[in-house]
Amino acid sequence: MDTATASHTLEDQDREVILAVRDVTVAFGDQVILDRLSLDVYRGEILGFVGASGAGKSVLLRTVLGLNRKQGGSINLFGVDTDKVTDAQRVQLDMRLGMLFQHGALFSGLSVMENVQVPMREYLDLPKKLMDELARLKIELVGLPANAANKFPSQLSGGMIKRAALARALALDPAIVFLDEPTSGLDPIGAAEFDELVAKLRDTMGLTVYMVTHDLDSLFSVCDRVAVLGQKKVLVEGPISYMLTVEEPWVKSYFRGKRARQIDPAALHNNVSAGAVR
Amino acid sequence: MLTKDQADASASEIASEPHPKVRGASEDGRLVVTLSGNWTTRTVSRIDREMRALEDQPGVRGIAVDLAGVGEMDTAGAWVIKRLAVAQERKGATVEMTGGRSAFDVLLAAVEDAALQELPPAEVRPFGIVPFMESIGRSVFNARDEFLLAMHILGATLSGNKRRRGRKINLAPLAMQIDRMGIGAIPVVVLMSTIVGAIVAQQGAFQLRYFGAEIFVVDLVGILVLREMGVLLTAIMIAGRSGSAITAEIGSMKMREEVDALTVIGLNPIGVLVFPRLVALAIIMPLLTIIANIAAIAGAMAVAWAYSGITPDAFFDRMTAAIDESSLLSGLFKAPIMGIIIGLIASVEGMKVGGSAESLGRQVTSSVVKAIFVVIVVDGLFAMFYAAIDF
Repeated sequence: MDTATASHTLEDQDREVILAVRDVTVAFGDQVILDRLSLDVYRGEILGFVGASGAGKSVLLRTVLGLNRKQGGSINLFGVDTDKVTDAQRVQLDMRLGMLFQHGALFSGLSVMENVQVPMREYLDLPKKLMDELARLKIELVGLPANAANKFPSQLSGGMIKRAALARALALDPAIVFLDEPTSGLDPIGAAEFDELVAKLRDTMGLTVYMVTHDLDSLFSVCDRVAVLGQKKVLVEGPISYMLTVEEPWVKSYFRGKRARQIDPAALHNNVSAGAVR
Repeated sequence: MLTKDQADASASEIASEPHPKVRGASEDGRLVVTLSGNWTTRTVSRIDREMRALEDQPGVRGIAVDLAGVGEMDTAGAWVIKRLAVAQERKGATVEMTGGRSAFDVLLAAVEDAALQELPPAEVRPFGIVPFMESIGRSVFNARDEFLLAMHILGATLSGNKRRRGRKINLAPLAMQIDRMGIGAIPVVVLMSTIVGAIVAQQGAFQLRYFGAEIFVVDLVGILVLREMGVLLTAIMIAGRSGSAITAEIGSMKMREEVDALTVIGLNPIGVLVFPRLVALAIIMPLLTIIANIAAIAGAMAVAWAYSGITPDAFFDRMTAAIDESSLLSGLFKAPIMGIIIGLIASVEGMKVGGSAESLGRQVTSSVVKAIFVVIVVDGLFAMFYAAIDF
């Protein structure tokens, strides 16, 4: 997708906040990981979340999902404070969010099809035939071949596992999906395809995407907005064009460092003569 | 409790959403379908059957689907609508969709590929004599492969750990395994043997009392415990306790490619993983058997004293007369062999673990079951062998 439609979709939304993190503090023992961190995620956007390894990106993600305890602050999902939900509301929230774990976390004893059907079985009262059809639809939507449906996770390649895990995350047509390093371990072509897939799903299903990533290509190609975690809070946030102007040292070396510059085609042509096509 | 809450929640959610509705009117071969309400994952089950009925309706030449009344739609709703369109198109009808918002068109287009896809034909399982024979054949071949793998492991262990550059055998892991599998097992082996010894003595004394031969309970317990029960009980306990642990350890290392990593680093996985466990089992089994023997005889002695009034002095006198070295040795000879059998079966099962958590569970189960089964069979063979050579 090009930038014109991206900004168009953003303006179309009246910037409804779908996830609001306010002053969240997380500590393990004496070690404070996140200190009064605040972050907004708007409906229909793809937010890229970056930060140094070990800075607490996954901790924030797990805290938002309720897998970690937090020491202070509040998290609002769909306008509901996750600390004050009733059990019934919690179920409603769970149905509307999907999570793609870094290593897929597919259930190894179930086929891809059965993995996708796990949330459907739990929450919906669907006839078997319709459930099979919907699972096949999700598998097709994430770009897996039809014969992958009956394979087991141990028979899949890394890229296929990510796609299958995404299919499971999308099983209930959630409003927001959390992706934890979705393109790590994929080859550049597979990673680019995955990025396109995420953008396409956002456009068709109206998804909101919260993506923890280290992949600069993803950040440049699909993310509407980027948030940088540093010094235990969100250091800067804004579109990628803004990131390129930030002078904070870590942000600068991340987006304009040695590896980042390789994306700039102008920097490449000096080295062209060094390569050869066989 | 939780499920009830969930049911309530989804029920109230669905109740609060406008139900999806279908109205089909057919006029001389032309079907007009008017849709309304929310067509989402949570609601489609309500109209699935109605939509299928429309799909199967014969003699339709054209369909007009009116989407104007549809409130919300997601991929599941789009799928059900597209399924109707594709099914009728296949039968030659023309399909026309009107009144949909642009977002619906995007969704309907996205599910089109999946809707056009032909379902792969379901695999037909042949039944009768052939698959039955096939499963027998497979299990025979599997048994052969397993036996060969066990022999490979045994061979690699005996050929000295396949040491590279003549390194000495590493004693640290061996000591650790002896501690974990041997010393750790002492309390449970002692407890179990004492109780079983006491039970056998009580039952024996009860029966022998009719003949006024209660003192022979000492012979009974002495020979039974030393020849069979001490080693058998220990082997069963070790199969359950350590065999399962070995399978789980090796299996989860296999699952996470740690076994492959050992190979790449240049270590022999069998040398590193199996050798110390196998040697440790061969060492601890006789030692644990001695402990089990002592515990069982102590239990029997206590019962004999309390139940039949046989004093420990009399018990020992009778026992020295009843047993000789062969009773003790015939039991102890078996112990290391039982240990090696348990270790081999556990290692083979561990090496067979595949990629899934389920296969780990399956192999641990089959490791314990097979080990206990083989241990008992081998014990029987030993009994026949000893009888034949009069030992």
